[in-house]
Amino acid sequence: MEDGLIEIKGVTHSYSTQSGPLPVLKDLNISVPEGGFVAVVGPSGCGKSTLTRLIAGLMKPNAGDVKLHGEVVTSPRSSVGMAFQNPVLLEWRSILRNVLLPVEIVPTKMSRSQAEDRARRLLKLVGLQGFEDKRPSELSGGMRQRASLCRALIHQPEVLILDEPFGALDAFTREDLWQIMHRLRIEEPFTGILITHDLRESIFLADEVFVMSGRPAHTQFRLTVPKTDGPRELTQLYGHEAVEMLATLRHQIEIAQGRFPGEDKKVGI
Amino acid sequence: MVQKIIVPIVAVLIFLVFWELLVWINGWPNYKMASPSDLWPAFWKFRELFFVMGWDTLWRTVVGLMLAVVVGVAFGMIMGFSRIMRDALYPLLVGFNAIPKATVVPIVALMFVGAHDFNTILIAFMISFFPIAVSVSIGLSTLEPEYRDILRSLGASRMTIFWKIALPKTLPEFFGALKVAVTLAFIGTNLMEIVSPHGKGLGALFDSGKTSSDYPLMFAVLIALGFLGIFLYYIVVALEKTFASWAERESQ
Ligand SMILES: Nc1ncnc2c1ncn2[C@@H]1O[C@H](COP(=O)(O)OP(=O)(O)O)[C@@H](O)[C@H]1O
Ligand SMILES: [Mg+2]
Repeated sequence: MEDGLIEIKGVTHSYSTQSGPLPVLKDLNISVPEGGFVAVVGPSGCGKSTLTRLIAGLMKPNAGDVKLHGEVVTSPRSSVGMAFQNPVLLEWRSILRNVLLPVEIVPTKMSRSQAEDRARRLLKLVGLQGFEDKRPSELSGGMRQRASLCRALIHQPEVLILDEPFGALDAFTREDLWQIMHRLRIEEPFTGILITHDLRESIFLADEVFVMSGRPAHTQFRLTVPKTDGPRELTQLYGHEAVEMLATLRHQIEIAQGRFPGEDKKVGI
Repeated sequence: MVQKIIVPIVAVLIFLVFWELLVWINGWPNYKMASPSDLWPAFWKFRELFFVMGWDTLWRTVVGLMLAVVVGVAFGMIMGFSRIMRDALYPLLVGFNAIPKATVVPIVALMFVGAHDFNTILIAFMISFFPIAVSVSIGLSTLEPEYRDILRSLGASRMTIFWKIALPKTLPEFFGALKVAVTLAFIGTNLMEIVSPHGKGLGALFDSGKTSSDYPLMFAVLIALGFLGIFLYYIVVALEKTFASWAERESQ
């Protein structure tokens, strides 16, 4: 059954290190339907970034398949856009030219001026109008991350891979960017996978949350976030439903970390 | 702006006056210590030689330095991109660099007797390529993996990644090293010019001043070398301003 645009089936991967092979992923299964947005959470070091590198085709898994549109991914493809925790903007380029970087690499149907118009439109969408000609160092951390999102989207990728893109930002900036993500999803439809360690972020942004177990990681838990009419509101995060989801995820993370809350309490007394 | 120009000039003038006074008070004769007022006559007497020799020093330094840039960048790229090559080449380069070039100069001078230009360029090159190789290799090997992944995930080739990211990102380090290298190359050129018999360049002029105990000439050569050194250094600074001015803003 090939229902997802991104289909991760039985993926197993280990790194070879000086002290022998390090198994990181073990029989991982994740599926993202076309237009869907999935969040992946898990203990730190469990292999989340490894997963993004596999989807991007930067590495091949030892076993199992990573498929995009039913095709096995064996090498990088231009239909993917990526953003990391580090915005990695190039200091010698203006913000506009940073956003335009991907169209210099991938073949596109856009002319240079069309691409530039699109870049300006994306920058406006994320609230960076007027900063097109600035250098990255002249922008705040949150603004750089917005520019990095624009760069990930400029070549109209089908798949957007986000590896803890908001992890280094302060809480208020992060909430701003969550709302920008909702706006982008409406204006620029994409299929996305978001790695995060922020559970509130996962349920605010995603349709589905996957919890990865500790290393070697498999899919330990899957939570479907109920659809809302129209874009989600931040206040919903404090509602009864959200609190319940957060508690469930919290519990799953603790299991993934190898801790069982019930027993912890006994030890504490 | 006025301060930037006036202050250094005044400082130099005060320095010259003190120098002149020192020689005058001690009553040192010309052959012991030249005074500033002797320099200009010495320069004027040999003015044609100064230009011919100055040109020889200049072009050989520049050719040696350019060779150092080409070879240094090549070594830097090899070591920057390949761990194995770095482990293999680094000790060799360090060992080679550790040998004081003053001891290599006479060997090279004997090895290729009479090939003045070749000798001089070779020493200028040998003495100056090390910092370039090291800076480029460090610049490339410390490139954060995310920078590479951003382009690799779009299917960019290694060459594209090098041109679009690795090379520009290394430019500030490269120019830092070039500033050191240009000074070193200049020293190398002069060492060889002074040591080679019947040599060319300002070093040879200095040597002939020494042989004939013409102190004013020797001092005039020193001053000329100083000017040439400053000139070369600021050419590198101008290049840096043109190609890596963004790094200045970043560090501010
Ligand atoms: N290139 C690599 N070589 C060897 N080990 C690696 C490499 N990349 C990551 N690892 C190890 O694999 C594990 C998972 O890494 P990663 O996917 O970055 O985890 P996460 O993003 O979930 O924190 C970590 O223990 C890490 O040290
Ligand atoms: Mg990670």
